[in-house]
Amino acid sequence: MINPRKLLAFATVLTVHLAFGSATSMAQDRFIIVQSTTSTENSGLLDTILPAFTDKSGIEVRVVAVGTGQAIKNAENGDGDVLLVHAKLAEEEFVADGWGVKRFDVMYNDFVVVGPEDDPAGIAGSRDAVAALRKIAESEAPFASRGDDSGTNKAELGLWKEAGIDVRSASGGWYRETGSGMGATLNTGTGMGAYVLTDRATWISFGNKENHRVLVEGDPKLFNQYGVILVNPDKHSNVKAEEGQAFIDWLTGSEGQAAIADFTIDGKQLFFPNAQ
Amino acid sequence: MHDFASSLSLAVNLILSGDAELWSIVLLSLRVSLTAVAVAAVIGMPVGAALAVGRFAGRRALIVLMNALMGLPPVVVGLMVYLMLSNSGPLGVLQLLYTPTAMIIAQVVLVTPIVAALTRQVVEDIDAEYAEQLRSIGVSRLASVPTLLWDGRTSLLTAVLAGFGRATAEVGAVIIVGGNINHVTRVMTTTIALETSKGNLALALALGAILMLIAISVNAAVGLLGATSERAAHA
Repeated sequence: MINPRKLLAFATVLTVHLAFGSATSMAQDRFIIVQSTTSTENSGLLDTILPAFTDKSGIEVRVVAVGTGQAIKNAENGDGDVLLVHAKLAEEEFVADGWGVKRFDVMYNDFVVVGPEDDPAGIAGSRDAVAALRKIAESEAPFASRGDDSGTNKAELGLWKEAGIDVRSASGGWYRETGSGMGATLNTGTGMGAYVLTDRATWISFGNKENHRVLVEGDPKLFNQYGVILVNPDKHSNVKAEEGQAFIDWLTGSEGQAAIADFTIDGKQLFFPNAQ
Repeated sequence: MHDFASSLSLAVNLILSGDAELWSIVLLSLRVSLTAVAVAAVIGMPVGAALAVGRFAGRRALIVLMNALMGLPPVVVGLMVYLMLSNSGPLGVLQLLYTPTAMIIAQVVLVTPIVAALTRQVVEDIDAEYAEQLRSIGVSRLASVPTLLWDGRTSLLTAVLAGFGRATAEVGAVIIVGGNINHVTRVMTTTIALETSKGNLALALALGAILMLIAISVNAAVGLLGATSERAAHA
């Protein structure tokens, strides 16, 4: 009743799938998983610098790019060997709670406030981020926030707090939380003509700027430090401590630091190495 | 909206250029979704058929549940599978998180209810037609399942295609359990999500056009297969 030829074809297809699958997973024996942020991935930094490390060490680096909050949570669950994020306080807490071994500075860039060209809040050219945010709140011009507990979101909320503005009460009004990544939030921001606080790297490499441009920059408070941490193998025995540490040593060593400095888009350097 | 025009030419260029990166992404998409659908069919069809012909307590409730599960949000399935496969989860020892296998598992969870629910409907209709005949020649309800499934094969192909459509279209589950890792777990939908978040809307749309093309090709191929077998059956 059942056509044997068709059954054979089906079995062949299935076998090929499974064989294909095992072949690819066997090819990459030594690898680590790095829980990282969307800014390092979206800007293309990691894609550009990682091959040099893999060539040298034979260790493939698999990057899972999510918001800093989710990256830290995933690392706490043991679903990664290395954490590369940008929220210093949360990172130090991660180490203090025993989830990570030690935190190292890697590089920095800065945040900028981008907004529509007609600039309804009149903040263009300001070098005072807190004052600029206060102006946005006073004019009730739309502001798109990540709203996702990412490093950028934490930095943004810190600035609002300093400005003495309760954004939670404005949420849904002029203050709009997208609950998504940097790029998605920028898409929303350019779409609705809203101001957005973004890291400069994502902004420079972002392809859908519309009529938005950088309005506020240069405030020391907009400093954005990235750190790298080995997930604690005492907490999760699956952590590849040796390979993970090799990656951290490379990233914070002269070769990795030089690779970070050499990474440019349109001639602009996006990240500035500052490992000690 | 110049994006539409530019993305269409971009899509054509991408296909013609035979970009190796793109092809590996397309192949991984097909591998994950086709495997998931095959597994879902193996599980879902017997379950659906059993629900159609079986007579047992709780059958109605199971049918309602099965129908409701067709609407499972992918992101919820992704989260559940993540929690199971996480190194802090019960199946963490298998080390499957962030692999294509994890993506297949998530899609099996998504697709099986669709295949089972649609199979149940198809088999129930055929059963209503042939039940008396089959009983009269002494075939029991459960023993009639293979006959009924075979008889409904053309309609069941549609059930499988519906499942395939769901699998190739979803992004919420695979991005959580796969992690969208370049060259390892990056598939069409997660690439589209990534390019959108980079603001490369034309490229994202071009990839979407290619995904559509693949979906159409697979559907046409299966449709052709169905038509051929139908002709053979009536010959």
